[in-house]
Amino acid sequence: MIDEDPLSRVLHVDLSRRRFWIADRRKLFERFLGGTGVAINLLNEECPKNADPLSPENPIVFAVGPLTGVFPIASKTVAMFKSPHIGYLGESHAGGRSAISIRMAGYGAIVVKGASSTPIYLVVQRDGVRFRDASALWGMTSVTSGRAIRDKEPSAGNRTIMRIGRAGERLVSYACVVTETYRHFGRLGLGAVFGSKKLKAVMIAGKRSLKVKDMIQYRKVYNEIFESLVKSPAMKKYHELGTAMNVHSLNELGALPTRNLEKAKFEWAENISGERFAEKHLGRRIACAHCPVSCIHLAAFREPYEHEKYFYKSRAICYDYEPIYALGSMIGISSSERCLGLLEEVESLGLDAISAGVALAWATEAQQRGLINDDETTGLRLTWGNYDSYLKALRLLVDQPNEFYKALAKGVDHASSIYGGADFALAFGGNEMPGYHTGPAAYAGYMTGMRHSHLDSAGYSLDQKSHASGEKPNPDEVANALLSEESWRQILSSLVICYFGREVYSPEKVAETLKVVGYEFTCEDLFKVGREILKTKRDFKTREGFHHRRLRIPRKIIETVTPIGKISEDFISNVVQSYYAKTEP
Amino acid sequence: MERKQEVLDNSPASLGKRLFVVDSDLCVGCQCCMFACSRRYGEAGLSKSAIHVRSVGGVERGFAVIVCRGCEDPPCAKVCPTDALEKRAKRGGVILNPDKCIGCRNCIEACTIGAIFWDEEANKPTICVHCGLCVGFCPYHVLELRGVLKGQQ
Repeated sequence: MIDEDPLSRVLHVDLSRRRFWIADRRKLFERFLGGTGVAINLLNEECPKNADPLSPENPIVFAVGPLTGVFPIASKTVAMFKSPHIGYLGESHAGGRSAISIRMAGYGAIVVKGASSTPIYLVVQRDGVRFRDASALWGMTSVTSGRAIRDKEPSAGNRTIMRIGRAGERLVSYACVVTETYRHFGRLGLGAVFGSKKLKAVMIAGKRSLKVKDMIQYRKVYNEIFESLVKSPAMKKYHELGTAMNVHSLNELGALPTRNLEKAKFEWAENISGERFAEKHLGRRIACAHCPVSCIHLAAFREPYEHEKYFYKSRAICYDYEPIYALGSMIGISSSERCLGLLEEVESLGLDAISAGVALAWATEAQQRGLINDDETTGLRLTWGNYDSYLKALRLLVDQPNEFYKALAKGVDHASSIYGGADFALAFGGNEMPGYHTGPAAYAGYMTGMRHSHLDSAGYSLDQKSHASGEKPNPDEVANALLSEESWRQILSSLVICYFGREVYSPEKVAETLKVVGYEFTCEDLFKVGREILKTKRDFKTREGFHHRRLRIPRKIIETVTPIGKISEDFISNVVQSYYAKTEP
Repeated sequence: MERKQEVLDNSPASLGKRLFVVDSDLCVGCQCCMFACSRRYGEAGLSKSAIHVRSVGGVERGFAVIVCRGCEDPPCAKVCPTDALEKRAKRGGVILNPDKCIGCRNCIEACTIGAIFWDEEANKPTICVHCGLCVGFCPYHVLELRGVLKGQQ
């Protein structure tokens, strides 16, 4: 890496003592690049074994990479922590202006430890940290608290404001952290870790220049990448209808989870399709900093006030495929308006949309089957498509007035361990499922992936290929494909390159960009480092007590047929075994 | 379109080309223009950018694209105590002579539209020179380099 690069600076913040210091970790960044690679090593160092995820000793690590602020779409921030939701590795990525702001403030990573006794927010700038009182912000929605900080603090346009809503304050184990109102550290409960530290928000701001190795080469490589990003058909897809386009195609395929996976085809899918959202609601498209793609779709949503004639509120609500699946087809919501209403509530409360939707879906089925009664739901009747009940249930699982909502606030694995219904509790490795009932590879991917996300190894894409070609790979081949994809993605996320640009950033291209910022890595070196990072993540999970033999396969996914046929439990188990055998030390 | 531009540029009343914000509602807030502007100096990052994009009170309301309008009679030049900001001979706007600049920030105060930025590292203002490099990095055609006639800013 380049001598003057401020990337090697790691900002440590101790909330308990209200102190901060900066450590130079050049070697760490030289070896593991940044992002995921650096964050897992910092987590290993900072998180004591068996730490309670909601205790002061659980660290929050944010990391960016050497390409951030230098090349386009290296604009994600990796957050790592011990997850209060699944108990092991917590890793979540978000865009917005977060990564650029951290880099421009002159840091490669930020580690937040300890806990404050009163609500606070942090202002991070080039010269360090200011600890600000957040008592007046406590209890506010993620939207309003963001607005308050935006007005109070300087640096508009050069800052990120990460914050939590009430879900984080109330320690819902799948509370998210919202950044720039519409991007999220969504999965695995970073919001609850913020809440446990009485940390309402973190604002990071800065503006600086970064040196490159060779100016001419820099401009050349930059222009090539920029052009491929703007022209690539994949990027066009994300830009036009956005990820919401998947609603239609997955439904056609018969892979759109519907009513807690009672089916994989939704009769009202067209009402909540990307096309319908664009036609009826799309109000503006926006982008993360330093990304020409602009995949963020905002609906302009107008609603009348019920008791006042000619009185309307118009809001912007962000939509994407996963939230539409979780708060649409998965709970039988049949109109785009109602789906947007739920999306807005989830945004304000600061919940992970996927886990929240799947939790509502499980609760609905559990109530139908008589596992929970009306007292437990405080009189709410959860029925498919019942918007009013779902809206109330979301608020209740944040307020947690009784044991049932307290359990639901810890996810479906936990709730079903108390009330029963594990067969239809659709979580893998403790994390509620994303919207792809495409076949066994998707599920094997949720189970093997280090963060139990569809983005770990994109198993759904293997299923879709297999559906198109008619070829059926054996478990070992699936395990190989998942492992090799997940290993390479460690490099992308260490360089914090958005996965949407993964086709533009081929291994060769990545090596070329790295040269410009002073890293001499061959493609082989990169693959090797990717495998090493994956192993470090696995070791962290093992250290914290994770074992793949304890992974659970809910029966529901076997009962509902996928586009490539009925899933066999053995097949998935074999993929999982084979994957873990390949990553044994 | 192209030809018309040429005639305009050669006209005796022409101020030459300057950067226009065609329609800020087309802006997606990606800030690629800001990064492009910084690359003029062969550097990455943002501190040398003479163009700024920020939200209009939250990204949902859209963005303000702030850049020098190339005033014919620029207030920034008037308040410069060391004459470090020289009016450009033919075009509107100013050129900074960094040797003369003492970093007093008067120019920032004087610019009504806030289009003068501060390079903290150099302790000097950064002001658009209307080179148009950013135009090529705006995929949504928010920016355009266009000819202007005297009195027709």
